[in-house]
Amino acid sequence: MPNLDAAFSALADPTRRAILARLANGEATVLELAEPFDITQPAISRHLKVLEQAGLIVRRVEGTKRPCRLSKDGVDAIDQWLAMLRKALARNYERLDQVLADIKSADTKSSNRKEKQ
Amino acid sequence: MNKLVLKTEGDTQIVITRRFAASPELVFRAHTEPELVQKWMLGPEGWSMPVCINEARPGGKIRYEWSNPKRGSFYLTGEFLVLEPYRRIVHVERMHLPGPTPDNRVETIFEPDGDGTLMTMRMNLPDAATRAQMLATGMEGGMEASYVRLENLIQVACC
Repeated sequence: MPNLDAAFSALADPTRRAILARLANGEATVLELAEPFDITQPAISRHLKVLEQAGLIVRRVEGTKRPCRLSKDGVDAIDQWLAMLRKALARNYERLDQVLADIKSADTKSSNRKEKQ
Repeated sequence: MNKLVLKTEGDTQIVITRRFAASPELVFRAHTEPELVQKWMLGPEGWSMPVCINEARPGGKIRYEWSNPKRGSFYLTGEFLVLEPYRRIVHVERMHLPGPTPDNRVETIFEPDGDGTLMTMRMNLPDAATRAQMLATGMEGGMEASYVRLENLIQVACC
């Protein structure tokens, strides 16, 4: 189970987000991942370590290579968390809809009263 | 559709948009009159807002305190910077858990949209790490907190 704090901290870095975007297309080696970036391979390896520790990617051993891919569990956990956040927010605004409807109907009643007077 | 949209922009912003079936004047009032704020800015079921101070004028203070009989309580403080009636609010806020979180500068715009209002709330965090932290803990400026995570934090702190 990924650690959400670590996962969101990992996501705060634009290079790491770009790496994840690349991995969304499928498994890749460090060499392949380093290619589009103007940074060294050890720097990419450090980013990969952060992503791995945050539970966002998994690596397997293939000879001397350690190809990376997205961790379904990690990505699902982030999705679920954001969905929950949206739900809590949505709940607030559903209540606000009701508050607004109540004010509108109270205003209508009081203006009706005024018209009758 | 009155669906909520929550997205991140750049490295430090969170943007929330939502449409309401009421005039900008009413939606603005629901964000600035304490007796209205107390009715809706509550997060998940079980929480209430026993203290709601909202001095809606530039330099005016904000203080919201939330309470849950099972989970304890926490609060938010802030200051209003700009109030353009029925159109725009700019304020700064921070949560106290009990230590203060970094300042969140929030600009809220209310635009007429047919017979309703389109609200756009833009939160500006000081840096990418703070935004990451905020998303991870669900403390979206107090109002939209997914307090579930916070409840866990409080429980850990208490037990």
